[in-house]
Amino acid sequence: MDLISESGSAILTSFGLTLRLAVFSGIFSLLLGVVLATFRVSPVPVLRWIGAAVVYTFRNTPLTLVMFFTLFGLSYQLGFSFDKDLLYRNNFWLAVLALSVYTSTFVCEVLRAGINTVPLGQAEAARAIGLTFTQNLRLVVLPQALRSVINPLASVLIAMTKNTTVAVTIGVTTATMVNEASGQMKSLMERNSDQILLIFIIFAVGFMILTLPIGFIAGWAAKRFAVIR
Amino acid sequence: MSASVLYDAPGPRGKALNWVYSAIALAVLAWVAWIVYSKFDATGQWEADKWTPFLKSETWENFLIPGLKGTLSAFAVGAVLALAFGFVFAVGRLSQSRFISIPSAVVVEFFRSIPMLLLMMFIYFMQQPLGLETNVFWAVVLGLMLYNGSVLAEVIRAGVGALPKGQAEAGVAIGLSPGQVMRTILLPQAVRSMLPAIIAQLVVLLKDTALGFILAYSELLNQIPKIDGNFDNLIPAAIVVALIYIALNTILGLVANFVEARTRRVGHTAAPVGRAGAVDPVAAEAELVQKGNATGGTMGSGL
Repeated sequence: MDLISESGSAILTSFGLTLRLAVFSGIFSLLLGVVLATFRVSPVPVLRWIGAAVVYTFRNTPLTLVMFFTLFGLSYQLGFSFDKDLLYRNNFWLAVLALSVYTSTFVCEVLRAGINTVPLGQAEAARAIGLTFTQNLRLVVLPQALRSVINPLASVLIAMTKNTTVAVTIGVTTATMVNEASGQMKSLMERNSDQILLIFIIFAVGFMILTLPIGFIAGWAAKRFAVIR
Repeated sequence: MSASVLYDAPGPRGKALNWVYSAIALAVLAWVAWIVYSKFDATGQWEADKWTPFLKSETWENFLIPGLKGTLSAFAVGAVLALAFGFVFAVGRLSQSRFISIPSAVVVEFFRSIPMLLLMMFIYFMQQPLGLETNVFWAVVLGLMLYNGSVLAEVIRAGVGALPKGQAEAGVAIGLSPGQVMRTILLPQAVRSMLPAIIAQLVVLLKDTALGFILAYSELLNQIPKIDGNFDNLIPAAIVVALIYIALNTILGLVANFVEARTRRVGHTAAPVGRAGAVDPVAAEAELVQKGNATGGTMGSGL
C-alpha cells in the first residue's frame, strides 16, 4: 500500500482535473449540441447544410485526431491560444474545446432522434395556433424531445467522461503539473511496474465513481420527467 | 417526424425572410472562412510545397499507406475479435445458468464502464510483468476487443430481447435444447435486426484505432508527425489524414446502408426492429432512444 501513501493525493488531484474537464465539456457540448440540432431542423437551407457538414466531419474523425489538431494545428501552428502565459491553462481549455465540439455532434444527433419521437400532432397543433419555427421548437417540441432523450444523453455524457482520457494527447495538467487521470495512470505504471494491476483497478474504480452517478441520476430523471402520452 | 413539420411551407414573406437568413448565415460563414484563410495565409499553410508531397507516390508509399495498413489491420483483427467476444458474452449473459450469466454480466459491465484508453495502457504495461514481449499492436487490438466486444454483446442481447416471445417458446415446444433455440432461432434473427447497430459500432471501432497514437502504435495518425518532420506541413498532413478517416467511415456507412436495404428486401425477420429502415441513422437512433427508455439502459452507446 505504499502506492496509496505516496501517490494517493496525486491520484485524487488528477481525478479532480478529469472531473473539471468533464463538467466544462459537458456544459459546452450540450449547449453547442442544441444549437447544432436547431440548425439541422431549421427552415433556412444554409444553416441545415452547415449543421450537417459539422456533424458529418466531427462524427467521422477520431477524437484523438481532433485533440491532436487543436494542440499542434490550432495552437502551435495557427497561434490560437486561450492563455498566452499559462501553458497548463491553455492546454486545459484546448482539451475542453476539442471534447465539446466532438461530443456536441453526438448530442445533436440524439436530440434530432428525440425530435423524431415527438408525435406529429404536437408540432402541427403548434403551427395551427400560429407559432413560428423558433416558438414551436422552444415551447413545444424541444421540451418534449429533451425529456424523451434523457437516457441516451446520459449515455453520451458517460462516453464523454471516459473520453476525457484522450486529453493525454494534449497533455492537460493542473498548475502543479499533475496530469489528468490517463496521463497520471501512465506515469504511475511506468514507475511502478510491479503494481500495474493495482494501479489499473484504482483508476478503473475512479472512473466508475465518476460515471455511475450519471447513469443513476438519468435513470431517475427519465422516469420522473417521462412524457406521458 | 420530419423537419418540415416544424414550420409551414414559407409564403412570399417567409421565403424572403429565409433568403435574408441564408444571406446572414453565408456572410458569417464567409467571415469564418476568411479568418481561417488569413490565419493559414499568415502562417504559410497555402504554400505549394506543403501540399505537393501528397501528389507524390513516395509520400503515400512511405507514410500514408503504411499508416493505413496499421489502422486497417488493427481494425480488421479488432473487429473480428470484438464480434466473437460479443457473441460469446451475449449468449453467456442470456444463459439460464446463473453461474454463466452473472460472471458474463460482470465482465460486460466492467469493460463497458472504463475508458478504452486505460484498458489499452493496462494491457500494454502488463505484458512485461507477465513475461511477454511488449507488443503495442496486441495492446491496441485487445483493448478494442474488450470494449467494443462488450458493447456488441449488449447490442446482440438487446436484439434477442426484442424478438417476440413466441419464437423461443416455439423452439422449446418442438423439442430443441436451449442452446439450439439460441443458435438456430434467436441469434440469426437478432443479428439481422441489429445489423445497423452492429455496423455503427464497427465505425466506432475504426475511429478508436486512433487511440493507438497515444501508445505510439504506427497507424495513420502517427504518420502526421513523420510527414511533418519531412515536409514541415503539419496542418495539410492532418487534413489529409482526417479526409482518409472520413472516407473510410463513409465506406463503412455505405456498407451499412447496403446491408440494411438487403435485409429488408429479404424481410423474413420476425423482429419489429428492422421495420423503420435505419438507412437514416437518426431513425435508427430514434428507435434506440425508445428501446433504451423501455429497458432503462443508459450505458449503451460508445462514441
